[in-house]
This record gives sequence, structure tokens and C-alpha cells, in this order.
Amino acid sequence: MAVLSRSHPSFSVDIYQNEYLAEGAREVNAIVTVTATGGGTSGGQPLARDTGAAAAVVIMVDCSGSMDYPAAKLRNAREATGVAIDTIRDGVAFAVVAGTHEAKDIYPGGGKLAIADQATRAQAKDALRKLTANGGTAIGTWLTKAKQLFDSRADIAIRHGILLTDGRNEHEKPADLERVLGQAAGVFTVDCRGVGTDWEVTELRKIASALLGTVDIVAEPSGLADDFQQMMVQAMGKQVADVALRVWTPANAVIKFVKQVTPNLEDLTDRRADAGPRAGDYPTGSWGDESRDYHVCIEVPSAEVGNEMLAARISLLIPQPDGTAEVLSQGLVRAVWTDDLASSTRISPQVAHFTGQAELASSIQEGLEAHRAGDVDLATAKLGAAVRIAHRTGNESTFKLLQKVVDVVDPKEGTVRFRKNVSEADSMTLDTRSTKTVRVKK
Amino acid sequence: MPQQQTRCPSCAEPLDPEDDYCGACGLNVTGETPPAAVLPEPAAATAPGCVHCGSAELAADGYCESCGGAQPRPRDHQELTADGVAGVTDRGLRHHRNEDAFTVAATHLPGGEPAVLAVVCDGVSSSARPDEASATAVEAASAHLLTALQRGRRPDQAMREAIGEAARAVAELAKDGVRTPGGSQNAPACTYVSAISAAGLVTIGWVGDTRAYWIPDDRESAVAYRLTEDDSWAARVVAIGLMTEAEAYADPRAHAITGWLGADAEEIEPHTVSFTPHVPGVLLVCTDGLWNYAEAAADLAERVRPDARSEPLAAARELVDFAVTAGGHDNITVAVLPISPPAEATLRTVPLQAAAAGAAPLHSSPTLQLHRPGSGS
Repeated sequence: MAVLSRSHPSFSVDIYQNEYLAEGAREVNAIVTVTATGGGTSGGQPLARDTGAAAAVVIMVDCSGSMDYPAAKLRNAREATGVAIDTIRDGVAFAVVAGTHEAKDIYPGGGKLAIADQATRAQAKDALRKLTANGGTAIGTWLTKAKQLFDSRADIAIRHGILLTDGRNEHEKPADLERVLGQAAGVFTVDCRGVGTDWEVTELRKIASALLGTVDIVAEPSGLADDFQQMMVQAMGKQVADVALRVWTPANAVIKFVKQVTPNLEDLTDRRADAGPRAGDYPTGSWGDESRDYHVCIEVPSAEVGNEMLAARISLLIPQPDGTAEVLSQGLVRAVWTDDLASSTRISPQVAHFTGQAELASSIQEGLEAHRAGDVDLATAKLGAAVRIAHRTGNESTFKLLQKVVDVVDPKEGTVRFRKNVSEADSMTLDTRSTKTVRVKK
Repeated sequence: MPQQQTRCPSCAEPLDPEDDYCGACGLNVTGETPPAAVLPEPAAATAPGCVHCGSAELAADGYCESCGGAQPRPRDHQELTADGVAGVTDRGLRHHRNEDAFTVAATHLPGGEPAVLAVVCDGVSSSARPDEASATAVEAASAHLLTALQRGRRPDQAMREAIGEAARAVAELAKDGVRTPGGSQNAPACTYVSAISAAGLVTIGWVGDTRAYWIPDDRESAVAYRLTEDDSWAARVVAIGLMTEAEAYADPRAHAITGWLGADAEEIEPHTVSFTPHVPGVLLVCTDGLWNYAEAAADLAERVRPDARSEPLAAARELVDFAVTAGGHDNITVAVLPISPPAEATLRTVPLQAAAAGAAPLHSSPTLQLHRPGSGS
């Protein structure tokens, strides 16, 4: 409460749109750029000195039987977890959970969180030595355990989980996982990492999406330590939790979608929670010093040429325990009807760019899906389209990942040929990172 | 006491201690701030609810909390009078905001003679923040005109300086760092026209395609004239003999303006013209939102009530209504300056006629050579 408003970063909202609509047009698109600044200097130093902890972190390590094949997998996971523990700052509450078909808090144990200092970090790393690979995989139980641990410290606002797995969620019903995700959403955020190639991209993506975190592949277990360190630095940089994007729209307007479009695509449309008349809140999770973009698409009732309408009022806010909200910043999305064609046909470069990034992601996902289903023609067409967009929009990292799956004949036209013997790791990496976007080239 | 200065702070021209204005760029170098521009007060918010849906919930930022409709803004419709001069501006029907701006004002020359003026500017729609550009130009120019006339500056000089001040102020807007994301990236810009009536002399100054017309009371024996020559593509090709007027105005490029105030204006050429009317009538100062519906002076004169000189506000309102009724495609601004020459000069048998240009360099168009009858013969 007061703890947050005292020291969180300041937020700004910028709206990029072409507000001019032709007569009869109804669809309003806008890119909302949210930038949080001013919190970074504290770099994750404890914000709430009076409560003793700035943030809480729970690391969930897959210890299922498959982690022993090859044996390096668990060893690497153990090492990576050790690195992650080393990056936990003093004062941060933390715990380590070993996950199989059930979950066990191997450190500190007893359903509690430890407070990081030199001694507790060393004890946690000691505890890692006891990790053995044995049993199945039921990720829902791991998340439930993490939630219990976070719930033991209701005073800590910033709560982040790191989930490491190498296989499919085979030992629980999808509905069980679904239920747990519903309970955990809004309580803590989770970054997911898949080790090797035996895990399911859609499954981990679903968990990360629901819990407002990232998903990535660690094809080579040896890469784990670096990745864990990065994730932990990110998590430690968060200054303010549970920030919501509130979208007010006029009567008879329809919100077609609300998507996060940088740093990665995340469709938030169905995550709306009503917030008073004609307003709804979309969760954005925790923020450090960072900037993200959102694409908002609204269908408004048409109006006569010469009229101006507020199509959306976009606010960034922190819901308060008493039901009110602290508004951090706001921006206006407008609709202006004109008969000046030069105005109404102008396309906002930002809207066009992020529409392209969304198309890039769906082309990749549909292309890989078609490839798995054996439809090489469709797969080639889709990945060709992806190559064309990645090239045009300067999304170099995605372009490079595409090149590992297809031979690019003509990037401008999107002419490609599927490579022979595409490795499973390359295919999964492309799939996993397909939602990674770039910003408009300046 | 004017501050002692040896060089103009703007253009470094050497100055004499008694100079009030820089002889080169026209900057006011007295160090005194001109009086605040006479700009209209915002209309009192009397609306009980949304003008679109009737909802009582209106947000502080000017939109309805229910239907989102933008509520009327002060600039949508404004009326202003000052010592017999009147002006009316209206958003029209097809533009979502009023990018025109104007003011009318009255003052006295050092000798006590009354002086009235009107300034009308039209924001260039394809520029960024055209509404700010026009308001800024009106404020800068009217402030300068009032100060200069009070100090006995010659009206044509005051006019040129005022256009310079307005041009500088509008160009400054481009440097203030305010961005309009997704909007036009062109520098804020507007067109300009103003009229001064002081001690029997009328002075017009303009840049762009905002216009001034002379409308005599007696339309039988005297002729209505357009006093300005547009800085427009059509006017230019006609002037250099490339096309006939009919051909030029039929071209899609006809209304593209070739002169405006703004940071991206290559060279601002303020046009001025002065004349002494000898019959009673009114000066009409207006934006293209009006003259697009009655381009020729004679057509426009038909829309001006015969008693416009004594009812300038009613005349301005009627002209605005006329343009709105005709389609209201653009913002409309009309200012009416009554001109009443001394009775002995009002010889109805003496028509205004073309004459050679006087001391001030004048535009070459015949419609502008409206000098004292007989002065050049």
C-alpha cells in the first residue's frame, strides 16, 4: 500500500494511432506504449524495509525420473539453480521446490520462505545436492506448493516463480492444471524454461501466459546457468506488482482485442476483469524499469463526419486493498470521422508494425503445426510469409531462427524451402520464440 | 524608459537609442511586453448533459462518460465585438475541431483617432497542431498591432512587423518538443490575414489564402472588390499566364497554398495593401470556409446585409450561417469592420477605380490597386 506508492517507478502512457476514420468506419486501433522509469536506480534493493523483504522468489526444479536421461540434465539443473540462488539479493524471501508428481519444498522447508543472506544461500545450495531424479511430472502440484509458500508472506507484493521442466505434464489431468493456474493467476508470476526437446511448447506457453511470465527453451542443459541468472536479474529488477491496464470504452463499443505486443506477444483479451461501468482491467504483472507496448483494437459505433469520440481511455493503475485504485498514468484513444481521404487512409506505422509482428508469430506457429501434420506445402507457405515479415520488419533474431528451419531463397518475396533434417531443438526454439517481437525501426 | 541597446537581440541590426523597433526585422526592442492579446473568453460551460446522448456524466477531459462523444469546446463557436468591429468563428459541420482563430480589437493612435483591427488565421490541416498555430499567430500579431498603433507606427509597417511576429511565434511551436504521435509530422502552420482601419486609412496584410473583401453599402453604383491575392497554386499559375482563371481553378491543385506561416515555410512574403475608402461600406476578413461558397466579391456581397456597417455582428453571423447551410465543409471565420468615411468624401458618383500604386510597394493584381481616386492621373 503506502509501501508501494512511496518508491515505485513513475509510469508514462503514450498512444500511437491514426485517429481519423472514413465515413462509416468503426474500427479504432492504437498502440499504447507504457514506460516505467525511475525505479531502476534502486535496482531491486529492498523497497519495504519495514517488512524486511522486497520480493519473494520460488524456484521449482523438475526432479522427475527423466531428468536422469542424460544424467547431465539434473546436474545442469542443479548447477543452474545454484547460480540462480547466488543472484538472489539480500533480504529477498526465497524457497526451492523439487517437483515430480508431487512437490516438496526442499529449502528451507516447513512451508516457509527463507530470507536471503550469505548463510541461507549456502544452505540452499547444500540442499540442492540432495536432489535426485525420481517419479513423474505434475506441474500443478508444484505451482500449488509455490502458492502456499508465497501465501505465508502476504506482506510481500513482488512474487516470482521460476519453473524448470524437461517433460510433459503427464501425471495430472489438464483440468487440474487449469484449476491451479486460475488460483495462482494474480498471486505470483512465473517464468518457464523447457530443458531438452521432450516438453510441450504449447503447454509451457500456457502456464507462462496465465502467470504473466516468459517461456523459453534451453536446448543445451549447459546453457541453463546463464539463463537462470538473467531471469533472476529480471525478477530482482521488479519494483511494483499487480499493475493493471484499465480500458474504458464508450457505450455500445466492443473491445476486439487487447494484446501485449512487446517484448513478446501476449493476448490479454480474455483476461479482462470488469472494473465499473464500461471499464475492464487487464493484468500486466510486475514492472521494473522497462517499456512495453500494447495493441488495443476497439469497434465503436459509427458517427457522422466531423464528430470526435473518445474510443478508449487507457489507464495504468495499482488496485488498492480497499477496492479503489491508484492511477499511475493515462492516455486517450480517439476517433475522428473525416472526409479527408489523406487523413483517413494514413496508416499508423506503429499499428502496422505490430499487426505484422502478430502475423509473424501466427505464421510461424501455423507453419510448424502444418509441418508436424505433414502438410509441407502449407508449412512452406506459412514460413515463407514469416520470413518475408521478419525481413521487412527487421526482426533479425526471428529471421535467424527461421533460417535454421528453412533455406531462404528470397527474403523479400518470402520464397523458402524446408531444410532437410531440421533438428527438433531448432524447430522448438523457433516455435517458442515466435512471439518475440521487435519495435518499429527508427 | 527603453533599455539602451546597440544591436537588435534577434537579428543583430545596429540600433539607435530612440528605436522602439528594429528597422530590419521589426522586433519590439523597448523591452516592454505588449498588452495581452484580446482573445475571447471561453464560453461558460452551461451544458447540463452530453450533447450527443444526454448523459449527465461528463469527464473533465471533455468527453461523455457514456457515449464517449466530444463535448462542445470554447473554440467551436465564438463571437467577439470591439468598438463596432465584430467577428464570428464556427467549427462548421465536417471538421471535428475549429482550426481557425481570430480576434477583433480597438485602440487609439497617439493623436487620439480611433483605430480598429481584425486578425484571422486558418490552421493548415495537414500540419501538426494547426489549431495551436492559428491561435498563436492571432495572439502574436494582435499584440504587436495594438502596441505599434498606439505608438504611432505607420499601419503598413505595423502590419509587416505583426506578420513577422506571428511567423516567428508559429515557427517557435515546431521547437517546443510537443509530439503528436501518429499525427502529421509537418511543422505547425497557418495562413494569415488582418485589417486595420485607422484615421481613414485601411491596411490589409496577408499570407496564404485567407482573404479580405471590400463591400460597399451601395452595391448599385459602387463595386465590391477582393483585396487580397491568394498565395495559392491557382493564383500563381494565372499570375504568370500559364492558365486562365477557369482552367486553374478547375485543377485539383488549385487550392494548394504556396505561402503560410510555419517553421517549414521557405520564405515568408507578407503582402500588404493600403487604401482610403471614400464611400461607406465594410471590410470582410474571412477564411476559405466562407469564400469557398461565394468566391467572387459580387457573389459574396449578395450575402452581406445592406446594414452590415451598423450591424456588423449580425452580418458576420449571417455569413457564417450561410456557409454552414451551404455544407459547412470547413471551419468558418468572418470579421466585419465598418468603414464610414467623412460625409463630404462620400460622393456616390465617384466610384472606386484602379489607380497607380502609392508609396508602399503593392501587389500587381488589379483588384489591389484601390487607391485614392484620381491620385495617379
